[in-house]
Amino acid sequence: MNTNPSTPAIEVTDLTVAYREKPVLWDVDFIAPKGVLLAIVGPNGAGKSTLIKTILGLIKPAAGQVLVFGERYKSYSRMIGYVPQRGTVDWDFPTNVLDVVLMGRYGHLGWIKRPGKEERKLAMECLEKVGMTDFIHRQISQLSGGQQQRVFIARAFIQDAPVYLMDEPFAGIDATTEKSIITLLRELKAKGKTVICVHHDLETLKEYFDWVMLLNVRSVALGKVDDVLNHENLRRAYGGRAAFLAGADKDKKK
Amino acid sequence: MIAVDFLLNIFSDHTVRVVALGAMILGVTAGCLGSFAVLRQQSLLGDAISHATLPGVALAFLITQNKSPIVLLMGAALSGWLGMALVMAITKMTRIKLDTALGMILSVFFGFGLVLLTIIQKLPTATKAGLNKFLFGNAATLLESDVITMSVLGLLAIFLVALFWKEFKILVFDYDFAQSLGLRVHFLDVFLTTLIVITIVIGLQMVGVVLMSAMLVAPAAAARQWTDHLGKMVFLSAVFGAGAGVAGAVTSSLVIHLPTGPTVVIYISFIVLVSLLFAPNRGLLWDWIRAQRGRREIQTTAMLKNMLLFSESQTNPFHPHDIAALRAIGKGALNKTMLELKKRGLVESFAGNRWALTQEGLKMAKHLMEKYEGHLNAYSSS
Repeated sequence: MNTNPSTPAIEVTDLTVAYREKPVLWDVDFIAPKGVLLAIVGPNGAGKSTLIKTILGLIKPAAGQVLVFGERYKSYSRMIGYVPQRGTVDWDFPTNVLDVVLMGRYGHLGWIKRPGKEERKLAMECLEKVGMTDFIHRQISQLSGGQQQRVFIARAFIQDAPVYLMDEPFAGIDATTEKSIITLLRELKAKGKTVICVHHDLETLKEYFDWVMLLNVRSVALGKVDDVLNHENLRRAYGGRAAFLAGADKDKKK
Repeated sequence: MIAVDFLLNIFSDHTVRVVALGAMILGVTAGCLGSFAVLRQQSLLGDAISHATLPGVALAFLITQNKSPIVLLMGAALSGWLGMALVMAITKMTRIKLDTALGMILSVFFGFGLVLLTIIQKLPTATKAGLNKFLFGNAATLLESDVITMSVLGLLAIFLVALFWKEFKILVFDYDFAQSLGLRVHFLDVFLTTLIVITIVIGLQMVGVVLMSAMLVAPAAAARQWTDHLGKMVFLSAVFGAGAGVAGAVTSSLVIHLPTGPTVVIYISFIVLVSLLFAPNRGLLWDWIRAQRGRREIQTTAMLKNMLLFSESQTNPFHPHDIAALRAIGKGALNKTMLELKKRGLVESFAGNRWALTQEGLKMAKHLMEKYEGHLNAYSSS
């Protein structure tokens, strides 16, 4: 890994992704400096999840390149921890909380080898951090939405990666869990990790994140939240609907 | 005793032993791989693959003029695999959805297979091949050498599942996450499906292409009812598959002209039915009992609270009230509710259908009220 502090954690250049003829991401440049809490925001269909998945290597871009700590990797398994959207898995799958968290270790284990005592200990530590130790043997369908999200975050923690990509970690959870999750993300940041989240709520953007990328197929703006989050940029990202988005206006009046 | 003698007699027959062993191997393999097919929500993929094997069987015979099982099953495997690859390619490259692709491949391949079978039947060749057994299966024609082939393939498939357990588990549960870990998901995907193709091929002679998917899907669906643990589910599914397989194969080989496939399906359907109804937690019966219990709890607590409110308006808290007065505030089956409360010693009845709280009942009602208000306070303060 490149240790030069000025090398960005993630650097994406000229990225274009297309499903069939329609581009989902068009010529996107994106930089996430080391140790920031960065939100990717934009309207539905803006390509937020696609950007995350392309960085992870789950989607092959039509053009462009992705650098992690200034280098290209064939697989980012040790570099990037991933929290997919909660709705993408079948929560009725016959498994329990501990087992799901252990899955975060499968990349480190390599082919065929099963998780053992050491992995179990790590999993317990991660479950402790997210406050889920009382639920380790609980079948995952019997968890609330917020608990499921915390299990996913524990699974990302156990990956012990320098960069985390999270797809809507705050979707469909209550306010209390949202607060506890943002506390966890801040702890990651305090340890020097880089955390990138797809986020939907413009109201909480300023409070939760220090960097933001406004995305709508093209990159609209990228930078510190205070510099970038203004009416002009929001209108460019969200089009005419920006009138309904109070976040930026309120700040102006203050 | 008679039953034991009967069973001993049956299994002393060499043919029956061969058939039973083959059915057991098939049941265990199908139960094991079927669990993964069901959990991937790809139950219909098995059906499409098994129907897609039919033209392979017919073509293998037409080309080689040889009806030895190994040759025919190789043909089956190739065309089943081709069907699967086409389904994957269609869903990936066109806008056609999975269920449509499965339906198309299933009917096109199966139709083609039936045409070929008809052609074969009209051939002047003396050996009319008896390929029809591949439609519904015929356990009685199974030879020892067939069972050996089935065992080798079946045990190999099970061994590979055990070896790649962790990889298959994460592939089925969370494909994207598995890929983000650097696992070779495309390879694993084809690998797992290939194992399912092998499972189907070893069941063709016995169960037939039409109903083979029942061997994959039904034991797994039944097993899922009884456990929330993947390992236990796969094990149970294998046990169910083996049980139904042996019972069906033995029955059909004892009764002349009884096709094996449908007989096995009848046995496995019975297992599924029992599992759907009676499995703890997920069974329908338990759902119903839980719902009843919940409703009764709501009714009795509501009545206790209401009787507390009534008694607070009296100087004597144990003053009995007329059932008509209680009816004005009670809900649902009032008589049942009162009898239930009486059974718990919380109320007592007086002449003229009048009811009053007992000491115990008053205490319980006050406790419930405090708990209720506690909840309200917790909500209003948050």
